[in-house]
Amino acid sequence: MAGLFQRAIDQGGAAVALTIDGEAVQAQQGDLLITAILLHRESLRRFEFGAGSRAGFCLMAACQDCWVRLADGRRLRACSTPVEAGMAVIIEGARPG
Amino acid sequence: MVIVGAGPAGVRCAEALVHAGVRPIVIDEAEQPGGQVYRQPPTGRARRSSAIYGFEAKKAVSIHRAIGDAGARIDYRPGTLVWNVYGDGLDLLTREGSRQQRFDRLVLATGAMDRALPFPGWTLPGVFTLGGAQIALKAQGVAIGRRVALVGAGPLLPLVAHQYANAGVDVVAVLDTTDFAAKRAQLSGLCASAGTLAKGLWYTTRNRLRGLVVRYGVRSLRATGAGRVEALAWREASGEECSVACDAVGASFGLRSEAQLAELAGCRFAFAAAARQWLPEKTPEGRSSVAGVYLAGDGARIGGADVAELQGRRAALAVLEDLGLTVNRGERESLDRALARQARFRRALDAAYPFPGHLLDAVGDDEIVCRCEGVTAAALRQAARDHAAVDINRVKALTRIGMGRCQGRVCGEVAAELLARACGSDLERVGRLRGQPPVKPIPIVASAP
Repeated sequence: MAGLFQRAIDQGGAAVALTIDGEAVQAQQGDLLITAILLHRESLRRFEFGAGSRAGFCLMAACQDCWVRLADGRRLRACSTPVEAGMAVIIEGARPG
Repeated sequence: MVIVGAGPAGVRCAEALVHAGVRPIVIDEAEQPGGQVYRQPPTGRARRSSAIYGFEAKKAVSIHRAIGDAGARIDYRPGTLVWNVYGDGLDLLTREGSRQQRFDRLVLATGAMDRALPFPGWTLPGVFTLGGAQIALKAQGVAIGRRVALVGAGPLLPLVAHQYANAGVDVVAVLDTTDFAAKRAQLSGLCASAGTLAKGLWYTTRNRLRGLVVRYGVRSLRATGAGRVEALAWREASGEECSVACDAVGASFGLRSEAQLAELAGCRFAFAAAARQWLPEKTPEGRSSVAGVYLAGDGARIGGADVAELQGRRAALAVLEDLGLTVNRGERESLDRALARQARFRRALDAAYPFPGHLLDAVGDDEIVCRCEGVTAAALRQAARDHAAVDINRVKALTRIGMGRCQGRVCGEVAAELLARACGSDLERVGRLRGQPPVKPIPIVASAP
């Protein structure tokens, strides 16, 4: 699946494995979680208060549009969280709210 | 002695205090110094600074190094959110959990964020702020899309367009929602900071030479797409309707100050007509209305990174004077002269990029005002009409606008603008959203006393 983001400058960090809705994907060391997800997906979560999905907005930890859920129960602001190996991101299966 | 923020203002303030033998605590939400303007790639992903910051590389590196160079003479606490100010204390959220920090003197250097304005499609995945688009490239080496349209009402627009084009991204449109004539009219005032003007002209010229589609006086923006942005439409100054296929939009309309902590610290606010925002009162030296609380940089008033550095240093001198220490008179006077010159530049820049109120005049009833909870302009207008609400805090209580996760950062001033229009009032009279702790979301467990 094509993501929103594209890597314009490949900095060649070590590979980091994570899953998004159960599918294994690769990120790089030094990627923020928002980068790791949006390189592969078009959004971060379904919008809790109406139609559609959200994919973040300000990327500077101000607008709070990029909160995501992990399978282990963690809720993280994706633009200020570095990706970690083994993260299991849930987008489609997440209970809104 | 506590400084909040490790952008250009906070870092220069800390450095000046260290120079005078004071050891400040510098608390910053980010993991590395630089603020948003000189935001660094994560550790281990170093790139040449000139590739990231262009003309500003020297300044960026100097800011990045200042805290490390001071070593133990600064108590630097990265990765720490200040989420409340009370009396002489701060509530902090660190990686380890909740903490408190007492202070005798507090310098707030909390910075700015993009000013967002609603337009149809602005909540679609793929629409980011212009600053967000820049951070993606600067801090992550990624572009927000493959075919990117950029929209702005400030000097960030030609810069981001230049940076994206330089990185090989297909920039399909560069749309300025302010008129070109306004810029030409301010040329002499802009010469007060000739270097900054020259850089702006250089980016603009380079963008033209690359053949980018650059338009001024753009009206009536609309992003469209099924599930994500697929096109951006607009009306040209001539009245012609245009559109372009794209998979991402970077759009924002100037900057706004992040002044929540100043409010919680009890600082008196005043309406700033040029900023169209309520801002904490401050003297040119950086003193707020509260003794022992100082303000520096974009968090108190938008001035840009160079001004933030000057104000950080100037606020440090004010702190030292208030501590009864002697400061170098020559340094103080040269800072004051530089700040006065920069103030002339800023007035001209504000006039060159007037507030694009036409976008707010065009906001339809079904437009989302509050991104966090999806509250529409219709709900705001209904509150104004049915409850005769003329105060923005009344509208907040009735509609929840400003109560979401962002705590009114994105929607607060927009809601005030729309309310003023809805009830035939002016922006100053509808007031401002009252700030509340926590200023950003924190785990419930962290808020326990």
